[in-house]
Amino acid sequence: MDWQGQKLAEQIMQIMLLVFAVTAFVAGYVLGSFQMMVLVYAGSVTLTGLITIPNWPFFNRHPLNWLDPSEAEKHPKPQVTVISKKKGSKK
Amino acid sequence: MHSFGYRLNGLLTFAVTILALMCVIASLSDNLNIPSPSAEIQIMNINWFQKQPKGSDEVSLRMNISADLQSLFTWNTKQVFIFVAAEYETRKNSLNQVSLWDAIIPAKERAKFWIRSSNKYRFVDHGKNLRGKEFNLTLHWHVMPKTGKMFADKIVMSGYSLPEEYI
Repeated sequence: MDWQGQKLAEQIMQIMLLVFAVTAFVAGYVLGSFQMMVLVYAGSVTLTGLITIPNWPFFNRHPLNWLDPSEAEKHPKPQVTVISKKKGSKK
Repeated sequence: MHSFGYRLNGLLTFAVTILALMCVIASLSDNLNIPSPSAEIQIMNINWFQKQPKGSDEVSLRMNISADLQSLFTWNTKQVFIFVAAEYETRKNSLNQVSLWDAIIPAKERAKFWIRSSNKYRFVDHGKNLRGKEFNLTLHWHVMPKTGKMFADKIVMSGYSLPEEYI
């Protein structure tokens, strides 16, 4: 995923879980069944996971532009020269 | 959120936290329920009333317990535990409580009932104070939730008394 996609995935996940939690609670309360609330919530967690966890294409709409390899070869990385200093000796 | 594992972990952690919150709210919703239970106990018969060899009084009685506890049940109730206790006063103790019978009610449909039974647990005194004793029969209940706080209350029924002499 790209950066925008990750942010989108996190937002979708949080909003979906909150909305489904409220839905599950209301459903359970109205039906008078605790089991119904837990089942609806478990189903919604699975659904949210299926939408936000795998690397779907719509999470990759703003891909990062990595430098082309042939372009990178034309500008080699500068070499770092190592200067070793010995304590107490000055020449 | 840059890998499958990170997203999975984030999802599961958030989901479980929200589930805990839902359970707290479910428990708080129990306070909205205002129960209106009723109960009645008749002593049908005193089977026997004797002094044990080493001293204490003991009585065996047959009771007819009828109750309507359906209003105690909410969506968050797992079961209701009830017990009947005999309460009386002696010279030594201001309150003696002896549990005579108990039961577990697993569902609302079973909460309206009557049962005729002799006492499940022995009605024994500390001493020889039971002759002619007046006592209350109290029906206690504990509403045990699926999650959260347990509520307990009771109904006190008075006016029962034991015979003056041993049977």
